[in-house]
Amino acid sequence: MTVTEDPATAEVAPEREVGKARRRKEDARLITGRTTWTDNMVLPGMLHMSVVRSPVAHGKITNVDVSAAQQAPGVVAVLTGRDLAEEQGSIPCAWPVTADMVNPGHPSIAVDEVNHVGEAVAVIVARSRSAAADAIELVDVDYDLLPPVLDMEEAVKHEADLCHDHIDSNTSYHFVFDAGEAGTGGDTEQAFADADVVVSRRFVNQRLIPAFMEPRSVVVQPQGDNFTMWSATQIPHVLRVMLAMVTGIPEHKLRVVAPDVGGGFGGKLQVNPEEVIALLVARRLGKPVKWTETRSESLMAAHHGRDQIQYVDIASTREGDVQGLRVRILADMGAYLRLITPGVPALGAFMFPGIYKFPAYRFECDGVFTNKVPTDAYRGAGRPEATFAVERIMDELAVELGMDPLEVRRRNWIQSQEFPFTTVAGLEYDSGDYDTATQQALDLLGYPELREEQRRRRESNDPVQLGIGFSTFTEMCGLAPSRVLGSLSYGAGGWESASIRMLPTGKVEVVTGSTPHGQGHETAWSQLVADQLGVPFEDIEVLHGDTAVAPKGMDTYGSRSLVVGGTAVVKAADKVVAKARKVAAHLLEANEDDLDFSGGKFTVRGTPGTALSIQEIALAVFAAHDYPEDVEPSIDADATFDPVNFSFPHGTHVCAMEVDTETGFVKIRKYACVDDVGTIVNPLIVEGQVHGGLAQGIAQALYEEAVYDADGNLTTGSFVDYLVPSAADLPHFDTGNTVHVAPGNPIGAKGVGEAGCIASTPAVVNAALDAVRHLGVQDIRMPLTPERVWRAIHQGGDGGDRATAGSNAYGGAQTETTAGVSTPQSSLGGDR
Amino acid sequence: MTQVSMRVDGVSYTDEVEPRTLLVHHLREALGKVGTVVGCDTSNCGACTVHLDGQAVKSCTVFAVQADGAEVTTIEGIGSQGDLHPVQKAFHEMHGLQCGFCTPGMIMASIDLLKENPNPSETEVREGIEGNLCRCTGYQNIVRAVQQAAGEMSGSSDTLGAQA
Repeated sequence: MTVTEDPATAEVAPEREVGKARRRKEDARLITGRTTWTDNMVLPGMLHMSVVRSPVAHGKITNVDVSAAQQAPGVVAVLTGRDLAEEQGSIPCAWPVTADMVNPGHPSIAVDEVNHVGEAVAVIVARSRSAAADAIELVDVDYDLLPPVLDMEEAVKHEADLCHDHIDSNTSYHFVFDAGEAGTGGDTEQAFADADVVVSRRFVNQRLIPAFMEPRSVVVQPQGDNFTMWSATQIPHVLRVMLAMVTGIPEHKLRVVAPDVGGGFGGKLQVNPEEVIALLVARRLGKPVKWTETRSESLMAAHHGRDQIQYVDIASTREGDVQGLRVRILADMGAYLRLITPGVPALGAFMFPGIYKFPAYRFECDGVFTNKVPTDAYRGAGRPEATFAVERIMDELAVELGMDPLEVRRRNWIQSQEFPFTTVAGLEYDSGDYDTATQQALDLLGYPELREEQRRRRESNDPVQLGIGFSTFTEMCGLAPSRVLGSLSYGAGGWESASIRMLPTGKVEVVTGSTPHGQGHETAWSQLVADQLGVPFEDIEVLHGDTAVAPKGMDTYGSRSLVVGGTAVVKAADKVVAKARKVAAHLLEANEDDLDFSGGKFTVRGTPGTALSIQEIALAVFAAHDYPEDVEPSIDADATFDPVNFSFPHGTHVCAMEVDTETGFVKIRKYACVDDVGTIVNPLIVEGQVHGGLAQGIAQALYEEAVYDADGNLTTGSFVDYLVPSAADLPHFDTGNTVHVAPGNPIGAKGVGEAGCIASTPAVVNAALDAVRHLGVQDIRMPLTPERVWRAIHQGGDGGDRATAGSNAYGGAQTETTAGVSTPQSSLGGDR
Repeated sequence: MTQVSMRVDGVSYTDEVEPRTLLVHHLREALGKVGTVVGCDTSNCGACTVHLDGQAVKSCTVFAVQADGAEVTTIEGIGSQGDLHPVQKAFHEMHGLQCGFCTPGMIMASIDLLKENPNPSETEVREGIEGNLCRCTGYQNIVRAVQQAAGEMSGSSDTLGAQA
């Protein structure tokens, strides 16, 4: 017990950590190269695994000859799908979106047939990484080729070629949400029948690759009947449960560790075939095994994202009051269903109405199998696709009505006084003010000046035209309320867990089940706990990512960490304070109700000068010489938080775009956005998340596309061809925030990880179209390569769905044989 | 096998390598210099950037034998906790990293850029580091960090606020 020298200090409110631009704790190891990436790990006797992958998109495996590979220097074992068939189970799919969804099963390593280029057909285990890699080409696999199914619109036709011959169509499921039937809106067909104006469009939301910078990597160490797996994963907890279910290894015999993880963006939200194989191989050989992918393997075999064809109809009055929205989408599953493959478009289903008060809404989705790598979560997962569709169709409606696109939006969006607002999709939006965010974004952009410049350029017929595009978006974040997930047929809940351990020296360990991979949890969680417990930021250590250290968790995705996981931390801290209060009352010989807790100290009301810090209490219960009769000698606490609703960040993104009508080159002139993500715990981290999201959303609009050729080969299989933008390809971002506290959690946070990525894509495309609408352009297919933009301006249509023969998806490089040569195939947009 | 000798972060090493061994693999696997990472295999991402005799190179595009007799500096050799290089410090101050996987290469490339151009404009920074990919940050805070470091290294007190 201490007596404070100056009673007056107790009166001063302690400075709050929440809201401070704290520099990150994580950086110390990352900027000095003292990192623990999975691939850094070396264990005694460790073997290296390489994967022999299918070069064909669709075929029966008729023979696998591994004899030469087995004789290669340093090779310890070669295993085929046949060797592992009995123990490998199927990669799990946790989201059967409909009761009759067809899941063809997903072997980690192909046994009888291959269904996409890059599918594993054999693995080599060798003494060194290079020996394992060298032996790959010694494995001889014979295939009987089958026709590849690649085009979704063809795949759903009657008597189409089949992706899997043991199921009778290429459709995995048909998911419907009808607001009329759900009781959340009117009759959609009637709304369209009664409408003055109907605008219909077909949008292509192209296939993307998450392209995290750290390639996937896994190390498995067997120890008797126990196994420890280190993996570059977003989801060590989910992975552990799933590996137990898939392989039959008891869950308590498995430990999964996600050490430093170099980005994920949904791409590491997976139970990867290679993780399962590495575990089985380590078990079989009784030796530690490491597998680290090459970048080409990553692009070819790790899951992709997006890939929807969207048919969108909007009904409106002549004055611009929307009457109904009808969405039908084809969603490419790829060849198999991975962890949440079918759930991604279904999650998006509820976001197509955006921020608008549609009286009627119907959504239908077909999940379609094709002979490509499966799709799954990629930053936004379903919500970017929905936002793109609604923000594009609102612009199309404005054009049809001859109205200002902002005016059409303003007429129809939810007003700030209408929150909480239940949408036509049945979601209850929590808080916000779309008007204010929009006005601030326009101010940041310098809107009137740019509109004026646009007019000048148009009048002077400038070859470089200017356009301004909007995206007034919202997203559902904080995944997720477990009961809601259950109602959507998801296989698990969305709670999060936290523990706080008060160490005898007054330091604090915070254990979180939300596993970071670049988001800065260690910093933000320290800020939360510093405020709750009144301990110094520096005295807090955040532990995560190891199922032996943080035994419970649902991990990191869906902008959930702070909203759900951070709240669990706050609730655990509240419990610590509650437990400490009992001990403090005992030691201070006061009534609990007479104690105040502020700045980390308990004081007795009306007795100035008496104080007991929470650190002193931690030491007191460690010694445990003197504590109340009716409590245990510990003030540590656990909490699990399960929200009752999602949170709904929103914002207005405005893009000003220059389009060179002679070359098709587009350049972002200015980009401004104002996001409302609720309470901001660390403005530095929030701004960083917005920047990173913008980069990925803009990249979808301008640069990135996973392109398959007519045989099902991924032609964007390296970073030479898959265009992750560089610093020179992206503009400066002007960002701002409004703050409407989220009512659903005590922090007031809404989530920020996906905002920039969800919002930006349609703003960019709308801007490009705004620049060239007067030239007759109605749509340009993403990504807006110079070639596509030029074709859309000069040849009509949306610029074609493929780059020219011999070029990459970017429309940049050309091979010698085709440079400058137009072939009938190239002019049709076909190729190869 | 071929014998190579090189000085890496101030320590001399002599090893037998296969002639095909890439410098980055030699650094990581033989010398334990795992601060330098491999991101792409095609020299696009720059995560493996180190300094070879003072020049930034992508160590996945250099054979270990080409570094025979050379001085190699990696992210592990430019500063330490408590004595950070100004570029390391600026990346921390300006939040120029998130997952941190590209960061070693990004820092090594930035040091090289600042050697050639001690006071780069925003555009010059963007073009100067375009050989290094980052998937997390959108680059804006990396650009700020490089400019902040430029200010510090040239002795100017004119630093940019992270919250511009």
